[in-house]
Parts: sequence; structure tokens; C-alpha cells
Amino acid sequence: MLFVSIILTSLAGALLAVLLNKRRAGMLIPYIAAALSSAMLIVMSAPVLLGHGDVILSLPTYIQRLGEFSLRVDSLSAFFLIVMAIVTMCVSIYSVGYLREYENKYNLGRMGFLFNIFILSLCMVFTAGNAILFLIMWEIMSVSSYFLVIYEWRRADSVSSGLMYLVMTHVGTAFIAAAFLLMWTQTGSFDFTSFAGIREMSELSGTMRSGIFILLLLGFGTKAGLVPLHIWLPRAHPAAPSNISALMSAVMVKTAAYMIIRCCFGFLGVTEVWWGLLVLLIACISALVGVVYALAETDIKRILAYSTVENMGIIFIGIGAAMVFQAFSNGDSTIPYLADIAALALVASLFHVMSHALFKSLLFMGAGAVISSSHTRNIEKMGGIGRRMRYTGAFFFVGALSISAIPPLNGFIGEWMLFQSLFLSQTIGDPMVNILIPAAVAALALAGAIAAACFVRLYGAVFLARPRSDHAENAEEASNSMLGSMMILASLCVLTGVLATFIVRIVDKVSASVLGTSIASKVVGGITLSTPDGGFSHISPLAVVIVFLLLLPLVYLLSNRLGGPQRIMREDTWDCGTPLGPRNQYTATGHSQPLIHSFGRYVGVKSEVSETKSSSPLIPARMKFHQEVEPVFERYLYRPIHRAAVELSNRIGWIQMGSIQAYLAYIFVTLLVLLVVFR
Amino acid sequence: MIIELIQTFLLLALAPLVTGIIRSLKARMQGRKGPSVLQPYRDLLKLLYKSSIRSRDSSWVLSIAPYVCMAAVIAAALLVPVIYTGTFGLIGDLLLLIYLLAIVRFFTTLAALDAGSTFGGMGSSRELFISSIVEPTMLLSIFTVGLISSTTDLGGISMNMASTGLDLIEPSLLLAAAAFFIAILAENSRVPVDNPATHLELTMVHEAMVLEYSGKDLALMEYASMTKLLVFFTLMANIFFPWGIATSMDPIALAIGLLAYLVKISILTLAIAVVESSMAKMRLFRLPNLFTMAFILSLLAVIAYYILGVA
Repeated sequence: MLFVSIILTSLAGALLAVLLNKRRAGMLIPYIAAALSSAMLIVMSAPVLLGHGDVILSLPTYIQRLGEFSLRVDSLSAFFLIVMAIVTMCVSIYSVGYLREYENKYNLGRMGFLFNIFILSLCMVFTAGNAILFLIMWEIMSVSSYFLVIYEWRRADSVSSGLMYLVMTHVGTAFIAAAFLLMWTQTGSFDFTSFAGIREMSELSGTMRSGIFILLLLGFGTKAGLVPLHIWLPRAHPAAPSNISALMSAVMVKTAAYMIIRCCFGFLGVTEVWWGLLVLLIACISALVGVVYALAETDIKRILAYSTVENMGIIFIGIGAAMVFQAFSNGDSTIPYLADIAALALVASLFHVMSHALFKSLLFMGAGAVISSSHTRNIEKMGGIGRRMRYTGAFFFVGALSISAIPPLNGFIGEWMLFQSLFLSQTIGDPMVNILIPAAVAALALAGAIAAACFVRLYGAVFLARPRSDHAENAEEASNSMLGSMMILASLCVLTGVLATFIVRIVDKVSASVLGTSIASKVVGGITLSTPDGGFSHISPLAVVIVFLLLLPLVYLLSNRLGGPQRIMREDTWDCGTPLGPRNQYTATGHSQPLIHSFGRYVGVKSEVSETKSSSPLIPARMKFHQEVEPVFERYLYRPIHRAAVELSNRIGWIQMGSIQAYLAYIFVTLLVLLVVFR
Repeated sequence: MIIELIQTFLLLALAPLVTGIIRSLKARMQGRKGPSVLQPYRDLLKLLYKSSIRSRDSSWVLSIAPYVCMAAVIAAALLVPVIYTGTFGLIGDLLLLIYLLAIVRFFTTLAALDAGSTFGGMGSSRELFISSIVEPTMLLSIFTVGLISSTTDLGGISMNMASTGLDLIEPSLLLAAAAFFIAILAENSRVPVDNPATHLELTMVHEAMVLEYSGKDLALMEYASMTKLLVFFTLMANIFFPWGIATSMDPIALAIGLLAYLVKISILTLAIAVVESSMAKMRLFRLPNLFTMAFILSLLAVIAYYILGVA
């Protein structure tokens, strides 16, 4: 019943957005509807997570062969739904203030309509219990997000980014559809409940399973933005308005993680070790490549989009590790704790799904607020905004701390569990695992450290020091609805970290429903999190906070006791005798130069310094620095494919000669061939 | 509980002394007399009495950075075993310690950008570069220790290793220790990575970041980095070479633990002084070579564990 009202509320919101277009209420009511249906989603999913049984809604079906169109909320769905609902609720509140900027520029009715449809389709994707229904919803999600990406269609790059997104997402969908069809040939039904039977089919060959797995990985990897299928992500996410970027980065890409977990553990059963190792390898590469690109960017939203590639990498490192451990524990139950470690890796991954959804939507919202008031996306033209937009700056700071894995915020907890699960891999005596897991540890450490560097740079360039442009100097604080929604997310980032022990209990139930192993009793003890091997490694996020809450005042009091209270004078920054202007400070490009110098060349970042000579050989009249990112993947991977496709079409183009008789002949011949083959 | 607090206080009290000894030893090796080993204490006290100047361009980040850094370093100090294997391990493990020190890095590098000074930006940029490339080495050495003692709890590692005795001298442990030593040099801005005694804009890293601090703020930042150095020394001493550390509350064991600790720290102090006097600071872009070497050492440590452990 609740489920029906969620759907109806969203649809009503969409309809009202169209009807109330260009009226005052049209900027409010669609988002109230979206927030309302998000709230109802939480109310519906929370009991499922707490173990009160699944919620099932059957939709009327007319074609029996396609199976039963049902929407089902089980633990895994409920977890993703709650994460989604929290984000969509905050984004809805945010949109009310944020979209004021678009008034009289773009059609707000279209935004309200697509916004509601997009959220509804996300909700359906997380709950679809049938492959055909899933594909329909997946398609609605892709198309509605496409229209949202090209919402600002007057901007030069928006339509081309949207087109690339549309193409890539459909390539992905094709692989997914192929995988589902292969599974259908095994079970004869499109229902997910029957797909789950594939796990037990012992007669199914390993090649078939692996084939389906590869198709799924390609299909969902595209949506997740795993390298090298990521190329659409850093274009599409920034092109959309910021509220939509938040939804896409925080929620939409997670649909891929959701389906990979569901399909691999739920349907196929992880039988081969190399699946996990492959996922692990791709995930490590994604994390590293994503973060280095983020460091080379100066467009605030592209930085955040590339950081999404990195974080999806981290999430998939967890999924990959869980697959490796699960495969080993299926093969050999004598090795102790393997099932527990697999569960720990999956819990870490799911925890990071939640953390990333929270902090990335917060960061995109903050970016949106900054962009609206500084009228630029280039961080080289910002600076000093923190003094004008105090609250936005503070909330963005929490997001930056969180994404940099600063304890005890939520980003840290996920990484801690992930590191611990990797550390525990020693019981496996497989050489490949013993080499790849330390490599994954190193990659995760490097990616984490560079991500922190990236967000120090971003926060410093945007919010600190002197303004680098007039717009930045005159930035104005965001509206209350934007600040309110950011405040909710910022406090959730802190709370989910500090109270991680409670969250892990819930996440463990989700992972147990997938893997069949519950580790909550071993991992969570009071206020501490420990590893499930009975070892002593543990952390207590709450204790960390208490220690900080004790130490900070202590340090303050002691240092002010010794030598008397602190006297502070405000003076200019040390300027070596020349008054400092906006240009006498490090630029964001300069700040990341050492790291880019070392790592950039591997991903095609090129820089060039050119000089104009003056009369003195030592002092050039003009120096120019130029840095560009060569689109390596587009150039060396996609362009050859594109060229081959065009070539092939040219070759076989002659059959399309434009005469109707010939076409009729083709149809007739095809029919004959089909009749002969499938008689 | 008392012992744990006492050993943390011991660490906090000794931190400026260690820096003083390093400076004094370096002075001797360079043929100078050098200041007294107690000079850092006097400097800190003097700075505490002075007023602070903060830039007009700076924001709350610069104001809170010294306090946050100091608190994070003290929190880290609470976690390390000094003379006794018991610690406040309930709070967290070795990974948490590394991430607590990452808080220090995050706030110093961010606050360095706050005043809009070119020096600060330069220091921040270089510090992030150095610490980023050294991070995998750090984590892999920890991974190795975790493999050997099958826990990442600091007290647990010390306890396991100290009670295993000399059997522990394994190639993987030594390799990991070597890698960790290079990581210490990098994390604490020592030669050949950074020169703590320079104020030359071409070379300075850490000093460039603390250039905008003065008075109490500077005292806190300096004290935090001194303590951070000793925390790393203590890790090296009690995680990689934990022999001598007290495993019980027995007074004699504690006395031996204290003695062993002082000996080990003296050796490390001497090692740093020798390295700093005999090596030149490396060019920034030659540092990746050094760190790659450290990384390979740590990777070899892991591989050595598996190869020799399985055999």
C-alpha cells in the first residue's frame, strides 16, 4: 500500500510539475512530492532492513512469457533504497533553493517532471524483481537522466556530453540485456527468483557462467564508471545541473554496484577465483586513474566526477575482494574465517556505498552553491569564498574530511574495514592472491593519499586565501533550503562515522542476506569494531571522538595557561616587501604539479612551458604554461572501435541500394533462411 | 590505566629532548658546539609567551589547525606502546594511528594555503606530493607486520613479537623495517627528503608550511611535529624491534622496558643525525626514486613473508 502511494506521489509530482509550469508553485510542489515519496521510501524500507519481511508489489502483467512483473524490497534493495531516499530527500529540499537560478532561463516544468520520474525510476531499478521490468526501468532511468544532463542545452558542451552518455549507457544496456537473455536460456523465466536458481545448477558449465559474468561486468561497469568504461561519467555528471549531478554521482552509479552484488553473489554464485581478481584489478586501476585525473582538473564538478570514478573503484575493490574470498571459501571450507573475511569485505564495500552517497551528494551540492554565487566552475577563478559563504564552506569542509578518510568520519570507517579484510587474506595460499592483494593495499593507500591531496587543493583553492576574481569576491551565501539540506548530509557524514557500530550491524544483515554469513557478533562489540578472525585489531569511532573532545579543550586550556591567554594580531600575510594581490598565491594547477609531474604522464596529462625571449637571455618577456589532458582512452581505445565500425558500415553499405524490390527480396530470403534454420 | 598514561606523558615529555639531541649531535658532527639539548624546551616556552600574528586573509582553518594537530598527535601518542605493551588500544589500532597522523597532514597542508602566501602553497604542494607517494610503502610495511603478528593492534603486535623472542628476526621484518625507516624520514621532513634547518624557498617543505604561524600557534605546531617524530621512532622501536618492552606490570620488567626504550630511541636518534650529516637533501623530483626503492623493499617484505612462510 505504501509502495503504491510512493509511486503515485512521484507520478503526481511529475504531472503537477507540467501543469504548474511557469507558476510559483511549480518550483515548490514537485520537490515536496519528491521529498514526500523519499520519506515514505524510508518508512517502507526501514522495517525490511530490521528483518520484518520483504515488501512485494505485483504489477499487472499482460504477457505471460515475460514472467511476473513484481517489485520486491528485500534487505539488499532496502539498504540501497534507504541510502537513495536520504540523498533524494536532501536533494529535493536543496533543489527548491538551487533552481531559483534557472527561473526564466530554462523550463522549470521539465525539470520538475524529469526529477520525479528519475527518482521513481531509480527506486524501481532497486526493486524490480523481473529482468524485463528491470530493463524497462533501467532504460527510463537512463533516458530521464539523459534529458537532465542536457537540461542546460544552451551551453556548448552539454548536448555533446549528453550524447556520449546516451551512447555509452546503451552499450552497457546491450551487454546487460545479453547477460539476462543468457540466464533466461538456462532458467526459462525472466523472474529474478528463478535466476537465483542458477547458483544451484551444477550442470551449468563454467564457461557459460564466466560468459554471463563478463557481460554483466561490462554492462554494469559502464554504469559504474569503471576504467576504461568511465569516459561518459566525467562529462555527463558535470554537464547536468548540480542537484542532478548529486543524484547521479551519489545514487545512479550505485545501481551498478547493487546489480553486480545481486547478480554475482545472488544469481551466478561466485565459482571462479579469477572473477574476483579481475574485478579487483579493474577497481584498483579505476581508483588510481580516477584520482589522478581529478587532480589534473580545474573544473570543480569534473573534479568531483572523477573522484566518483575513484570511489566506485574503492567500492569495487571491496566487491572484488569479497568475490575472491567467497570463491575460496566455497572451494575449501577448511580454511578458517574465509567466509567471515568475505563478509567483512562486502560490509566494507556496502558501508562505502553509503558513505560515498552521503559525502558526494554533499560535495556536489556545495559545488552547486559555490557555482551559483561565483558564476564559474573554474576553481582558478575562485578563492576566499569561505569568508563570504561561511556555512557552505563549513559543510563542504565536512564532506572533504569525509572523502579524505579522516577518522572518525564515515569515509574512514569503510576504508578501515576494507584494509582489514585485505590484511586478513594471508590464510589463502594462492600466489596470484598473495601478489594482487598487497598490490590492492598499495593502490588503495596511494589513491586515498592522492584523494586527500586533491581535496586539500580543492578546498584551499575554492574557499581559502584571497579571491581570484570579482565574482568570487562578491559571492553570496546560499539560500536556507540549500544550507539546510547540506547540513543534514554533513551531520549524517559525521554521525554514520561516529555511530558506525550501529550502522555496521545493519549493513551486516544486508551482506548476510547475500552471502549467508553474518559477522556482526564477531565484528561489533559494544562501541568497538574488530576483525572477525578473533584477533585484536579494533577501532572504536566513538572513543576517537571522545578522545578528541577531551584533548581539544585540554590543549587549548593548557596552551593558554602557559604564558597567559593568547593575544592575536591581524596583519598582512608575509609579502617579502611587495603587496600581495590575487595572483601572488599558489594556483590549483601549481599546487598539484609535483604529483601530476610524477603520475600524470601515465594517463596522458601533458604540460608545456613556452617563453617569449626578451633582450636578456635570463629573463623571458613572457612565459606561458599550458596543461592539457590528452583523452587517452578516447583516442587509443574508442576511436579505433569507432573507425572500425564506420569502415565496416561503408563496406556493407552497398546492400542498401535504395530499391524497394531489393529490400523485399532481402526480407523474403531472411524469412526463408529463418524457416529453414528454426523449422 | 596509570601505566598507560604515564608512558604517554613520558613520550610527550621526551619529544623536544629527542629533537634537541638530534640537533646537538648534528652540530657536533659538523664541528660546531651547537645549543644545549634542552634548547627546544626553552624555545617552546618562549613561543608560548609571545603573541600570535595571523594573516588578514586567513580564515578559521588557520586558527584551529594548531589545536587540531596537537590533539591528533596526542591521540596518536596514546596508542603507541612505549615501555609497556598495554596501551589505550581500545581506541584503535595501527591503521587508526596512521590516519590520525593524516589529520595532522590534512590540517597543516590546508592551513598552509589559508594565508594565500606563495611559500605556504609551495610547502603544502610538496608535502602532499611526498606523503602521497610514501603512503603505499607505509601501508605495506604495516601489512607485513600485520601478517607476521596477525593483528594490527599496537599492543598486540608488540606483545606477540616480544614474546616470540629472537625467532622473529625474519627477512620480511627487516625489509619492512628498512622501508618504514625511509617512510619516517619522509613523514617527518628529514634529510634527504626535506631539511628541517632550512629557510631557503627553493628547498623548504615543512618550514614553508609553518611560516605563517607565530607565538602560541607556532609553539603548538613545532611541538606537534616533535611529538610526531618521537611517535614514529617509538613505532619503529616497539613494533619492529620490540625486545625488552615490558609485557607485564612487574616493576623490574617496566624498568627494563624503560631502559630498552631509551637505548632504542638513542640508536634511532643517532641514525637520523648520521643520515642528516652525511647526506645532501635530494632534489624534489629525485625523491620518487628513493620512495620507489622503499616501496620495493616493502613489497619484497610481503613476498618474502609468503615465500619463506610457505616453505
